[in-house]
Amino acid sequence: MDAILLQILNGLDKGSAYALIALGLTLIFGTLGVVNFAHGALFMLGAFCAVTVQKLLSLSTITLDETQKDFLGRPLEIKTPYVESWFGPETGSLIIDWSVPLAILFAIPVMLFIGYVMERGLIKHFYKRPHADQILVTFGLAIVLQEIIKYFYGANPIPTPAPSAFVGSFDFAPLLGLDTSLAYPYWRLVYFGFSTLIIGAVFAFLQFTTFGMVVRAGMADRETVGLLGIDIDKRFSIMFGIAAAVAGLAGVMYAPINSPNYHMGMDFLVLSFVVVVVGGMGSLPGAVLAGFMLGILESLASLNEVKAVLPGIDQIIIYVVAIVILLTRPRGLMGRKGVMEE
Amino acid sequence: MFGIGKRDSTLLIIVAIMALFAPFILNPFPTGSAMAQFNAGYPDLMQRFVIFGIFAIGFNLLFGLTGYLSFGHAAFLGIGSYAVVWMYKLLDYNVIPGLFLAVIVSAIFALAIGFISLRRSGIYFSILTLAFAQMMFAISYSDLIGRFLGTTITNGETGLQVYTSDPQILIDDWESVPHLLGIVEMRSTYTLDAGAWSFDFNAGYYFCAVILLIMFYLAIRIFRSPFGMMLRAVKSNQQRMNYTGLNTRPYTLAAFVISGMYAGLAGGLLASMDPLAGAERMQWTASGEVVLMTILGGAGTLIGPVLGAGFIKYFENIFAKINDNVLHSWFAILPDGMEDFMVTIVHPFVGKGWNLTLGLLFMLVVIFLPGGLVEGGQRIGRVFRRRDRNAGSVEADAAKQRNPAAE
Repeated sequence: MDAILLQILNGLDKGSAYALIALGLTLIFGTLGVVNFAHGALFMLGAFCAVTVQKLLSLSTITLDETQKDFLGRPLEIKTPYVESWFGPETGSLIIDWSVPLAILFAIPVMLFIGYVMERGLIKHFYKRPHADQILVTFGLAIVLQEIIKYFYGANPIPTPAPSAFVGSFDFAPLLGLDTSLAYPYWRLVYFGFSTLIIGAVFAFLQFTTFGMVVRAGMADRETVGLLGIDIDKRFSIMFGIAAAVAGLAGVMYAPINSPNYHMGMDFLVLSFVVVVVGGMGSLPGAVLAGFMLGILESLASLNEVKAVLPGIDQIIIYVVAIVILLTRPRGLMGRKGVMEE
Repeated sequence: MFGIGKRDSTLLIIVAIMALFAPFILNPFPTGSAMAQFNAGYPDLMQRFVIFGIFAIGFNLLFGLTGYLSFGHAAFLGIGSYAVVWMYKLLDYNVIPGLFLAVIVSAIFALAIGFISLRRSGIYFSILTLAFAQMMFAISYSDLIGRFLGTTITNGETGLQVYTSDPQILIDDWESVPHLLGIVEMRSTYTLDAGAWSFDFNAGYYFCAVILLIMFYLAIRIFRSPFGMMLRAVKSNQQRMNYTGLNTRPYTLAAFVISGMYAGLAGGLLASMDPLAGAERMQWTASGEVVLMTILGGAGTLIGPVLGAGFIKYFENIFAKINDNVLHSWFAILPDGMEDFMVTIVHPFVGKGWNLTLGLLFMLVVIFLPGGLVEGGQRIGRVFRRRDRNAGSVEADAAKQRNPAAE
């Protein structure tokens, strides 16, 4: 029982990441009708925003201390990060410690900008082209972004720790009245909370603002909205920026869970596509639901009891579920008629 | 000739001549000269040219004719390789039974995957094939079926290879490497030294080249057949086909299976040259690569995929070999500051950065040249023809103005 609970909890953070990426994919797809294979790369760029902020904050002045020697007999190098010399040692080290949450502030404008530039500079020219061309050009873009990151940051994963306040884990067992331990890392709880917050914010934005209303109207019937004298294209390109920011934020917060490397985007992208298709193309609630569902299913399948019967099922369960769902419900879980029917 | 038109026969003959004389054509620079690094006439690379040519021809039969973009074709490549290595393990090092098995097994898998995936079209189809290929990759990378049955099927991440403890019931004493019916070993190479040049004639390469020619001929026949016409009709307007009362699914499924068989054959040939099979051949980047080859060369054209495969494999090998020393020797004629500057600029794109060039190339081709190299060649040809006409007669221009449709 507790093992199952633990796996459900474990599935939540992966599910959150899937849900956030799939949400962005669906937003782009529902508004602009573009299949964005570079969306995983945006997630990866977000994670590297966290890496960059951490590296920037840790930039140090090096002073030589002649009184102490290191093991090679040279004078010991003492590194003092600039932020420590500016804000005093305590505040400075606190800022460095909290670099990942701080990276959110950095990532939002950066990702909005990247998304906007991407849409205006490249994607815009592909609205009228076939889906195959859209897939191919964004696939090429994903390779390029990935290689640029690899060139500057190297091929190895870069550890990006969470603030030390979140190290350790929370024990759910007393809360639920269980006698075994049910430890769950704090940061994953934060990640789950953060992603529900973002998902809520996106839905609220679409539901309760005039801008969101226009966007929803445009998703339903682009032509009529255009005829009413609203520049829907401009709003849609802003939505692309927002979708990029959502993926980027998912990446920033994911950095402490999995050390960012240059191909993490591709790893998540394939699964996120499956999530979008299972949820139903163009359906935002469907993407979120399917994201969490598949994340949890994936961790449930890695239970030892399940694996004893079907070894390795955890690695293919998502694909199996996707195939079954597409065969039984071709539009996905919450797909509507008329959306992306070709 | 052989029941194909005059233009197609010419094309086939050109490809045959190129394949036959490839060791000469690809080795234009004397051994040991500074330009020798641009030579591509060594057996391993030549084999890759033709094998990936076959792979791309097969992919083009699906994508170029029907417009269905499969993002999971590498799965069949991997299956073909595994099938051939299994035949080595069970029978002996003769490649023929393995190649037959590779084609049959990949056809069965293509039938199953195609049957499900072709229920949807457009991006759904792409994502479904991608999901299937990733599933196959996960299965073979961890050898899930083998673990389920308690044996070894794909040997996980180590990759499948032949061990001395394998049954190999037909094995003879002299056999230790893949060979063709005991006549010739795949690796045997005759080196011809002519002055400063040296040319390698490799048995494996010529074996693959003959298969490439047969496959190319088959592709021409398919392109020109009523079946090929039907597939093109599906591409241009599937709805109209359905309205005329025609069920298009059997046609697209047949195209999918045929292209899966081509991929399986290519995978089998990879294992025929080098008796190994690994899961990384199935990874989705490999699927993306064959898409790129086809697009770069020109989807829907006969010669395009072969050109694209050759182009990509050539630059992959040559670019990857270029390092900073080579760059410095190239730009040595420039002043010192300029030399370092140029090396710094070019450095990210060569050597390990080859993938960056590949990605950029991919984008540029899709953006500016959707028809690929073939279309590029045609455009250049048209520019020259127009120039001739301008220089020549005014009448032709006048005729063109009267009847622009005649262009």
